[in-house]
Amino acid sequence: MKKTCLHPNHTAQGALMSPFGGFDMPISYEGIEAEHRAVRSAVGVFDVSHMGEVLITGPQATMFVNYIFTGDVAPLPAGKVVYGMMLNDNGGTVDDLLVYKRDDSEYFLVINASNIDKDVAWIKSHAARYDVTVDDQCDFWSELAIQGPLAEQTLKDVLGLDGSDLGFYTFKDLRSADGHPMVLSRTGYTGEDGFELYAPAPVIVSAWEKLMEAGVAPCGLGCRDTLRFEAGLPLYGDELTEEISPLEAGLGMFAKVDKEGFIGREALVAQKADGVKRKVVGLEVEGRAIPRHGYDVLDMDGNKVGEITTGYHSITLDRNIAMALVDARFAALDTPLQVQVRRKVFPAKVIKKRFYTPNYKK
Amino acid sequence: MTYYLPTHEYARVEGNIAYIGISRFAAEQLGNVVYVDMPEADDDVTAGEEFGAIESVKAASDLFSPVSGAVVEINEHLIDNPRLINEDPEANWIIKVEMNDPAELENLLSPEAYAEVCKAEKH
Repeated sequence: MKKTCLHPNHTAQGALMSPFGGFDMPISYEGIEAEHRAVRSAVGVFDVSHMGEVLITGPQATMFVNYIFTGDVAPLPAGKVVYGMMLNDNGGTVDDLLVYKRDDSEYFLVINASNIDKDVAWIKSHAARYDVTVDDQCDFWSELAIQGPLAEQTLKDVLGLDGSDLGFYTFKDLRSADGHPMVLSRTGYTGEDGFELYAPAPVIVSAWEKLMEAGVAPCGLGCRDTLRFEAGLPLYGDELTEEISPLEAGLGMFAKVDKEGFIGREALVAQKADGVKRKVVGLEVEGRAIPRHGYDVLDMDGNKVGEITTGYHSITLDRNIAMALVDARFAALDTPLQVQVRRKVFPAKVIKKRFYTPNYKK
Repeated sequence: MTYYLPTHEYARVEGNIAYIGISRFAAEQLGNVVYVDMPEADDDVTAGEEFGAIESVKAASDLFSPVSGAVVEINEHLIDNPRLINEDPEANWIIKVEMNDPAELENLLSPEAYAEVCKAEKH
């Protein structure tokens, strides 16, 4: 199993460790709830060095990225970050990712750990027809996510990094005192304001240790999942898979079907014309049972009409809520449904899947 | 006497009654308990078989019964306050079972043998 550069820190700090995306990752330190609340109310730091980075360079970089990516990077200014997907020909999702635009000839792609090998192969397989270079930089970069309303101040006070000039979903290239390249973006996966810092291992280890000394809460993947879930953000493998299109996932705004010729576009156009057959919705479940990934969603007659993709007892909202992929006929708000939890069935209803309104700084 | 399953349930035995709950080790591993899915009084439970589930923020874990018998009582305090299990998992048993085959206890782990199981899982 792969390890991040902070693995020795996590074990020394007594983190509960578990495999994720091929890496031995920290799930929690003090506890998921405390870490979750630290991010919502103050600040927390996550080791997200498992994420993958791929650099696309060359004269046809814009054309190539626009071919493999659902977003439209051509009109973006340098320094902008955009979220979107890579799709297969059926409109299913190969991965969801962030694209950082340095200029028309250089893009920095950030992909999911669990998909690194697949994505790199996929990107390379389509690059041959373009004048571009695909550089797998996964081993070069480590990454921290500093998230929460105090993130900007913490970055400045503890790490001496000024993020105040960065708008939401923008980035800048920096250099550490000892000459290492760094990328700082105002992005995250928590529904709070925050930053992501990419740098080689020595910079990241030093930054982590400074943040620990300053008393910033170390946060594991446990609360990363509860935070992103409350904000209605998808996790690849749950709400997005090779079989789930962005339209079905309710992420149509990130798939620019008006853009010519990208992989999967025709399938999306057809789905739009016919209407999607199933859709990711939010559910609120009555009673104390917690809907979990894979549990059956039933109509009022007891027929299976979908499955839970992610569910929790929401830490911020203190309600049992879930995202579920259901037959589109049952996707309208307030539709009554039921969820099978082990031997019992609990009433549920469709609600908006952005359960928690994000506090992004625009 | 208290007996354990390798899956971290205990049976504290008084006469032919067994109080069944989860061990301190398991409670620590789970973190905050948010829900305990319990059977109902009069339900039968079978040694080695699932009788309910315990849920932390992260996941649901099945609960297995160390003994066979009839549920004579469930711990109703856990309905509104599942975190009692974190406070004291041994005092806050989950179900009380009238055993129909006390000989089954011979198949369970002693506190010493169970401690070895926990030690092995820590590494």
